[in-house]
Amino acid sequence: MNNLAQNAGIKQDHYLQTIKKTPFYNRQKEWDKVNQWHRWGEYTVCDVFESIAKEYFAIRNSASLFDLTPMSKYRIKGPDALAFMNRLVTRDMSKIKVGRVAYVIWCDDAGQVLDDGTIFRLGENEYRLCSQERQLEILKRNAIGFDVEFWEETDEVAAISFQGPVTCRILRNMGFSDVETLKLFDLRYFDFQGEQILISRTGFTGDLGYELMVSPDKAEALWDAIFEAGKDYAVRPIGGNALELARVEAGFLQAGVDFLPANETIRPGCTRSPYELGMHWLVKLDKGVTFNGRRALINEQKNGSRYRFVKLDVEGNKTACNAYLFDRKNGKSIGATTSTAWAPSAKKNVALGYVEMPHGKSGDVVWAEIYYQKELKWNRVWAKCLVVDKPFWDPERKRLTPPADF
Amino acid sequence: MKKYDAIVIGAGHNGLTNAAFLAKAGLNVVVVEKNDYIGGASVSRNIHDDWTYSNCSYVCSLFRPEIYRNLELGKHGLQIINIGGGATLMENGDFLGSYEDHEVSRRELIRHSPRDADAYDRFSTDMAKWCRFIRPFLLRTPADPTSFRPRDIQELIYLGRKFYDLGQKDLHHFLRFFTASISDYLDQYFESDVLKASLAGSGIIGTGLGPMSPGTAYVLLHHYMGDMDGSVGSWGFARGGMGSIANALAGSLKEHGGEIRTGQGVEQIIVKNGKATGVALENGDEIHANIVVSNLDAKRTFLGIMDPKDAGEKVVKAAKNFKSRGSSGKVNIALNGAPRFDALPQGSDLVNGFIHVTDSIERMERAYDDWKAGTWSKDPYLDMLVPTYADPTMAPPGKHFMSVFVQYCPSKLTAAEHNGEDWTDKTVTAFGETVLNQISKYSTNFRDLVEHVEVRTPREIEAEIGLTDGNIFQGELTMDQLMFNRPFPGYAQYRGPVKGMYMCGSSTHPGGGVMAAPGANAAREILLDLKRPNTVPEDEGDD
Ligand SMILES: Cc1cc2nc3c(=O)[nH]c(=O)nc-3n(C[C@H](O)[C@H](O)[C@H](O)COP(=O)(O)OP(=O)(O)OC[C@H]3O[C@@H](n4cnc5c(N)ncnc54)[C@H](O)[C@@H]3O)c2cc1C
Repeated sequence: MNNLAQNAGIKQDHYLQTIKKTPFYNRQKEWDKVNQWHRWGEYTVCDVFESIAKEYFAIRNSASLFDLTPMSKYRIKGPDALAFMNRLVTRDMSKIKVGRVAYVIWCDDAGQVLDDGTIFRLGENEYRLCSQERQLEILKRNAIGFDVEFWEETDEVAAISFQGPVTCRILRNMGFSDVETLKLFDLRYFDFQGEQILISRTGFTGDLGYELMVSPDKAEALWDAIFEAGKDYAVRPIGGNALELARVEAGFLQAGVDFLPANETIRPGCTRSPYELGMHWLVKLDKGVTFNGRRALINEQKNGSRYRFVKLDVEGNKTACNAYLFDRKNGKSIGATTSTAWAPSAKKNVALGYVEMPHGKSGDVVWAEIYYQKELKWNRVWAKCLVVDKPFWDPERKRLTPPADF
Repeated sequence: MKKYDAIVIGAGHNGLTNAAFLAKAGLNVVVVEKNDYIGGASVSRNIHDDWTYSNCSYVCSLFRPEIYRNLELGKHGLQIINIGGGATLMENGDFLGSYEDHEVSRRELIRHSPRDADAYDRFSTDMAKWCRFIRPFLLRTPADPTSFRPRDIQELIYLGRKFYDLGQKDLHHFLRFFTASISDYLDQYFESDVLKASLAGSGIIGTGLGPMSPGTAYVLLHHYMGDMDGSVGSWGFARGGMGSIANALAGSLKEHGGEIRTGQGVEQIIVKNGKATGVALENGDEIHANIVVSNLDAKRTFLGIMDPKDAGEKVVKAAKNFKSRGSSGKVNIALNGAPRFDALPQGSDLVNGFIHVTDSIERMERAYDDWKAGTWSKDPYLDMLVPTYADPTMAPPGKHFMSVFVQYCPSKLTAAEHNGEDWTDKTVTAFGETVLNQISKYSTNFRDLVEHVEVRTPREIEAEIGLTDGNIFQGELTMDQLMFNRPFPGYAQYRGPVKGMYMCGSSTHPGGGVMAAPGANAAREILLDLKRPNTVPEDEGDD
């Protein structure tokens, strides 16, 4: 059944390599001016190549490349692939046709979110699951009784996120014909130098953009081709810090930051249900098949949730970093912020966070107590926060098909 | 003759801890120890040339940091150093390495089983949950569930709240955990034999049970619930050997005015009119005090140094039934160079940590069969450590001290092959040979490096430290002997059967290991009875 036998490749002396380099590493290193890297899984990835501002504006103004290779990737295949996916995630996967990508979450039996990710429907009976956390064991435990095979392919797929208003123009320059007809969440295979490249119109920036996946030995060629085709368009690689700004601005959740994978929490009450993360639209209780957490989620619908996820438009210019949230100034503590940023495109001070029910309905006001330091001196301000339901940054070009040139 | 406020019998680390907190509270305390040296099972001795052995215990994790800080053990010379690395050696010539780096360790697990690599994170999360549950109890006196005193009721409420706090699903899981065998418990997570074996070792160490016996899952937790500088489950070694812990405690005790007399074994606790009044020494002397604390295990205390008439029928019977079967041996080896384990990649850090022999639960269970039959395991489980890779103080430069903990080794030889003859010097040597041979199977240069060997079966452990039947924990760590059942129901709050008599050894809650919690908890109870201000720190909490 489950093909898990890929340990064959690992030798006893693997310990000599404490970090892996992605297939884009050498090319990225050429751009690296400040030597700020961190580990993501086994790989080393860049936080900043040169300046966060430059990199952030590449996302919003021109074209940016972010190395996604370390993301956990799994291939799932077999006659029961659809049924298996439907069992795992809360969404109705029968609605996701071949050639489409779905943003999904999956839960434990208690209806608490384990992780979020994207599922690519590559064929009738074939999927790719991409996630922040490792999922092999969860897949294996859920696959009981399903005629599917699956394996991890993190190292076998070089993945890069290509985001920004001119990305479609550059892809067309590269000769990917009709790439402009890809709609948001479409995926398609194209030819690239005698091999296949998978291009999907997806991303984590809330902007026009694509994710490209090739075999690792084509990675550098792909990189070079993008720069060649984009030489007039200020393409640049970006590190994780610029991406972080963009994703908060777009209002996307990050596992391990805005919620904790339920299987990694130790203290009770630290997990979140999909409803508590504002993901009602991802849960299809009546999709006709049972899925993990369904019963608990039905109960939650009846009995109410504990928390509400909020997007906050924070008054003033002090970021509400690690701030408690209150029902009113000097009032009762009702929650906390989890991600914050000064959003350079929205020109707003924004935050993601949680509050206890029933607080935090769209249009409500909550208060943040913000501590910030200026030259060793700590100051404190109260900031009024407006709960909003739209992303802080949501340009039309994100959806427009075909995208305009710039 | 000098009159003391309190006498502590035994200078094990718990006796010393107890005495130090009493002295800190202003009591005039004396510790009387039968050996010429202190430490009990937390001891380092120099018995061959320039080598120092940790003769019994060899690593530290359980020691309560609150006590370390409160008694200023750092100032008194104690240093606990982190241990990295480690491996389980396999019969097929391979190994399972334990690397400090999470990602490298994970890859090593993938090498054996990709699924187990992910499952390991789930296992760690669950163990962290159980640790979070249990750790706050270490520095608390167990509630007596049959008493209706406000304090016991309060403690029971605390316990209830902790259970509730686990959440429904985890509570089920946890209750099973407490009664499960380590083998069944690990089967819920893992498929790889060698991984299961490498974890199961902690479930059988010091225990007269096999990996398939119910109750062994808890023993694993007992070895997991300690910490090194906040890293729960990590182990370290004491610079200079485990005796450094006893020496630092003695330093703190003396600083607070306490006294230690070595080479003075106690013959009997003197009881008059139902009250402890002092001790009679083997040398005929008497020392008097209204508080007498025994650091000895429950059997030795109530069947050895107390008149059965004083202890009373109920306590004597409970002490007789107290389970404290010996199951472990220890072989301490002076080496003229670094042993090379043939399977391990040369130059890797793995050698710095625990090296285990026995790569499947099946083999461990077979090793247990030998013990049940009344002889030592012919294919024993070994937990080896060479602290001298990091600690320069225990062997001459370039030479090494190797500590080998051996499971199983019985307190009495009753198997037919021994023809009715219990341990003799000859069989002790033969046991040692079994261990050396086992090591040699995995290290070709080992034999040639051996300079001196100290072999200890339960017989030697009992003779020297007085651990009855050589049980390393002063009594087995099974549910019927834990918390309010330790050492026996009705006596779990450190108070003995007569007024002024207390227990402070590992036979009391929370049990064995170099933890210092029993000694500290007993001091708190004594000070409470004396209506003196408490000097014992509280648990600082993980939340
Ligand atoms: C071989 C071995 C290995 C171990 N390994 C580890 C380890 O690596 N890590 C760990 O945490 N734990 C380990 N342990 C367990 C741990 O060492 C013990 O549980 C702990 O040290 C017991 O301390 P204690 O103070 O309660 O009692 P003890 O250390 O037993 O102290 C009792 C003291 O009383 C003295 N005494 C006995 N009779 C008399 C008498 N009549 N009069 C006066 N004095 C008397 C003894 O000589 C002794 O000094 C090990 C134990 C053994 C035996």
